[in-house]
Amino acid sequence: MRCARRQRPATCAAAADRDWDLRLYVAGQTPRSLATIANLKKLCDEHLNQRYRIQVIDLLVNPKLSRDDQIVAIPTLVRKLPVPIRKIIGDFSDTARTLVGLQLRPGGASQRGATRGSAKEGWES
Amino acid sequence: MSKPRSRRPPSSSLEKCPSGIRGFDQITAGGLPRGRPSLVCGGPGTGKTLFGIEFLVRGAINYGEPGVLISFEERPSDLAANSASLGFKLDRLVARKKLVLEQILVERAAIVETGEYNLDGLFIRLAAAIDSVGAKRVLLDTIEVLFGALANAGILRAELHRLFAWLKDRGITTVVTGERGDGSLTRQGLEEYVSDCVIVLDQRVVDQIATRRIRVVKYRGSLHGTNEYPFLIDSLGFLVLPITAIALDYPAANEFMSTGVAKLDAMLGGKGYFRGSTLMVSGAAGTGKTSMAAQFLDAACRRSERCLYFSFEESPLQLSRNMRSIGLDLQKWVKRGLLQFCAARPATFGLEVHISMMMKMADDFRPRVVVLDPVSSFESAGTKLDALAMLMRLIDRFKSQQISVMLTSLTGTGELAEQRSEGISSLIDGWILLRNLEHRGERTRALYVLKARGIKHSNQVRELVITDHGLDLEQIHVGPEGILVGSARHAQQLLDNVAAKTSRDDLKHHRDLLMRKRTALKARIAELEGDFAAEAHDIGQAIEHEIAHQDVLRANRTTLVAQREDLKPAQTSTQRGA
Repeated sequence: MRCARRQRPATCAAAADRDWDLRLYVAGQTPRSLATIANLKKLCDEHLNQRYRIQVIDLLVNPKLSRDDQIVAIPTLVRKLPVPIRKIIGDFSDTARTLVGLQLRPGGASQRGATRGSAKEGWES
Repeated sequence: MSKPRSRRPPSSSLEKCPSGIRGFDQITAGGLPRGRPSLVCGGPGTGKTLFGIEFLVRGAINYGEPGVLISFEERPSDLAANSASLGFKLDRLVARKKLVLEQILVERAAIVETGEYNLDGLFIRLAAAIDSVGAKRVLLDTIEVLFGALANAGILRAELHRLFAWLKDRGITTVVTGERGDGSLTRQGLEEYVSDCVIVLDQRVVDQIATRRIRVVKYRGSLHGTNEYPFLIDSLGFLVLPITAIALDYPAANEFMSTGVAKLDAMLGGKGYFRGSTLMVSGAAGTGKTSMAAQFLDAACRRSERCLYFSFEESPLQLSRNMRSIGLDLQKWVKRGLLQFCAARPATFGLEVHISMMMKMADDFRPRVVVLDPVSSFESAGTKLDALAMLMRLIDRFKSQQISVMLTSLTGTGELAEQRSEGISSLIDGWILLRNLEHRGERTRALYVLKARGIKHSNQVRELVITDHGLDLEQIHVGPEGILVGSARHAQQLLDNVAAKTSRDDLKHHRDLLMRKRTALKARIAELEGDFAAEAHDIGQAIEHEIAHQDVLRANRTTLVAQREDLKPAQTSTQRGA
C-alpha cells in the first residue's frame, strides 16, 4: 500500500476548491499495475494540481478490502471525494475517458453522456 | 455409468457430485459433474437460484462440502430470508462456517471504463471466500449481470473463460445460473463457457395451469434422462420427479392378495390378484366403482396393510359416510393409522404438480395399497395424452415399489368402456368392467373380468349386488327366457324353488309307494310260505302214511309166506310118514 498526498494551489477550475480522495485497487506489482499507477499520477498531476490523495490497495495483500468497494475489475479507481462516489476501471491509457470518469471535464458536462469516443474531441483543446 | 468406467481413476472417468436435490441425482445418474461448472438456466421465477442454493445447502449438510454463494443480484440477507421459507437456514450454516454468502454489486451507472482491465477483483474475492471455509461448491447467481455492468464484452468473455477454467483447476463444482434468452439458452451465451452440463428450468402455463419442468439439455460424458421432468418447490425445497422409469425392470410378486370380494377372488382364480399389480375398475356412473375400491381398501386394512386413498372427486368424510351405508367403516382404519385419504381435484394444482404431490405423499406414507378414484378426472387437468402419460409414470412408480394399485375409471354411459380406455389398457394388469344392465324396467349392475394378466380368470358375467354388508356377486340366471338379472332373477329363483319343491314331493310319493308295495309283497310271500308249510306237512304225513302202509303190507306178506312154508313140510312129512 502506498500513499501520496500533496497540497498545491488550485489552478484547475473543475477541482478548484476540492480535496480529491482517490483509492486505486490493483492486484500485485505487475507491470500493468505499475503502469496504471504511473498513468494515474501523471493525470492527477496535470489536472488536479496536486490537491489529491491516492491510496493504492493491493488486493493480493488485503483481499478482504475488495468487499467494501465491491471491486470486481482490476484495476479500479474509486473516487471517494468529491462525492458522489465514482468508479473508473481500466489502466487509464485512455486519458480523455478517465477525465470524463473523474468528472474533470470542463463545463460540467453530464458524466453519463460521456461515453465512448466522443469524449476526446471535447477535451484536448 | 457403465461400471467398468467408474472404477477407473477419477482423472479419466467423470466423477459425479451428488446435488442432494431430491430426484435430480436420479435423472443425472449421480448429480452434477464434480469439479466442473454446470449451467442452470431458465426464465424469471423458474427456480434457478433455489436450485443453486439447495445444491449448496445439501452439500454443506449432507455431504460435508462447504459452499460459497456469490450473488450478483440479491442481498445475502434477502437470500437468507427467501430461502428460510423453504426450510433452508442459511444464517446457521454461515455461522457454522459451512457457507459463505457474498454479494458482488456492480452498477453500470457508477462505472467508467478507461482502457484495459481484468476481473482479478472477482477472482480474489471468490478465492478469499472459498478459502475461508474450504469450499467445494460454488454458486454464481446470475453472473450475466456483469454483461450489463461492463461495456467491454471482449474482455468480459475472455475473463469468464478464465474464471471457469480457474474454478475447474481448483476442482470446485460450480453452479452458474443464467437468464433464458430469445432463441438461445442464455441471453449472453453462457452455455459457450459452461459446456459440461446444461440444465434448463422452465415454467409453462397450459390451460391456465402452470407447471415447472426441468431438463438436462447436455451432460458431457454421462448418460442422463433427456426428458422434461416436472418438479416442485415445496416446503423441503426442490423436488424433481423422475416419474418415468428408465427401464421396465420392476420385480413381479407371486403373492396373491384378496380384492375384498370373495366371489371376485374366485373369479380371478381363487386367491385374488397378484400383489404389486395394477387393477382397474371401470364403469359408468353409479356402477359401484368407489364401493369396490373401498372394499379393496377395507380388505387390505384388515390385513394390517397401509393404504393410501387418492380421491379426486369426493371428500374423505363424504366417502367415509357413503361407505358406512354398505357396512364399511373406513374411519376406523384412518384412526388406526392404516388408511390415509388425500382428496384434491387435479385441476387445482395442475397435473404435474398433483402427481408430484401424490408421489411425495406415497413416499412419506409408504403404503402397500393405493387407490386412485377416479383416474378419469386427470383429464380435467390436461389433455387426454397428458393424463395418460402422467398415469403411466404414476403406475410405473408404484409398481417399482411393489405397491398394489386399484384405479377406478369413469366411462360415459353411451360409449364403450373398452374403446374409451384403450390407451390405459396396456398399463394395467387387471381390468374389471362394471356395466349397467337395463332389463324389465330395472337397472342392475353386471361385473366381468375383462383381463387379468397371468391369471386364468372367469369369463362369466356376474351380477354385482351392493348389500348392507359390502359387495357380493351373484350368478346371472341364464335360462330359456334369456339372461335374467335383478328382480327377474329373484322371480325366476322363486319359480325354481317351487318347481324344486314339487319334484321333491313327487319323489317322496314314489318312494312311499315303493315301500308299501314292498311291504305287501313281503306279506304275500309270508302267506304263501305258510300255505306251503302246511301243505308240505300234509304231504309229508301222507308220504309217511304210505310208507307205513307199505311196511305193514310187506310184513303181512312175509307172514303169509311164512305160514305157507309151515304148511308145506307138514305135507311132505305126511307123505314120508305114510
